[in-house]
Amino acid sequence: MTDDDRVFKALADPTRRHLLDRLYERDGRSLGELESELEMTRFGVMKHLRVLEEAGLVVTQRSGREKLHFLNPVPIRLVHDRWIDKYTEHRVAALADLKHTLEETG
Amino acid sequence: MTTMTERTTTQVYRVFIRATPEAIWDAITKPEFTEQYFHGVHIEVRDGRRWSSLPDGRAWDEAVLEEDPPRRLVHRWTSGYDPQLAAEEPSRVTWELEPRENGMTLLTVVHDRLEGAPKTAEGVAGEGWMFVLSNLKSFLETGSPLA
Repeated sequence: MTDDDRVFKALADPTRRHLLDRLYERDGRSLGELESELEMTRFGVMKHLRVLEEAGLVVTQRSGREKLHFLNPVPIRLVHDRWIDKYTEHRVAALADLKHTLEETG
Repeated sequence: MTTMTERTTTQVYRVFIRATPEAIWDAITKPEFTEQYFHGVHIEVRDGRRWSSLPDGRAWDEAVLEEDPPRRLVHRWTSGYDPQLAAEEPSRVTWELEPRENGMTLLTVVHDRLEGAPKTAEGVAGEGWMFVLSNLKSFLETGSPLA
């Protein structure tokens, strides 16, 4: 599996997207805090966090006795650069051309 | 035990780069490299300080708190490129470089102690560090930055 595959796979699940949204709202949360916001067993939350960690979307840092989870936005940015920019740039350029043509002739 | 404020004012960025820790170390501590991907800033780690300057003459420097080449660099952060941000309290940036298989290195950047620098925190979050890190990755892997 490539890095991109892991990111897409991790994002293909609503619970994992929900976890990312929670971390986006407030970063640096423990497993216990994340678990308390989801209707799911501790084991289930851990499993999802592991997939997010393997995709590099979540990074854990030890802080004393606690393990805190941080959102790492870099893989999403790289996927964006590779898969989204490329296609949208073209569309935006096409629209800009259209606007230009319409305004010229109008 | 960290306080809630400390946690929410910590930002963590991590990226795999196909380069050796030595090459990444050079890229983050030598001006001839930084000016190619770090918003054109000329950055040099020398004599226990991190010296930054821009082509228009703006210059500032920060204390280096830990220097263990090519694995770990910790320095203070002052946003000298913007007077409003520069007036805020200094924060801290930690670079960790871990060699991995297949010629890859895992680079982790932690920007913390941002409690006294909310505008800087907002400025470097999202676009700020991401621009620098994706540019650094591209620069090291392909020889040219994205932008």
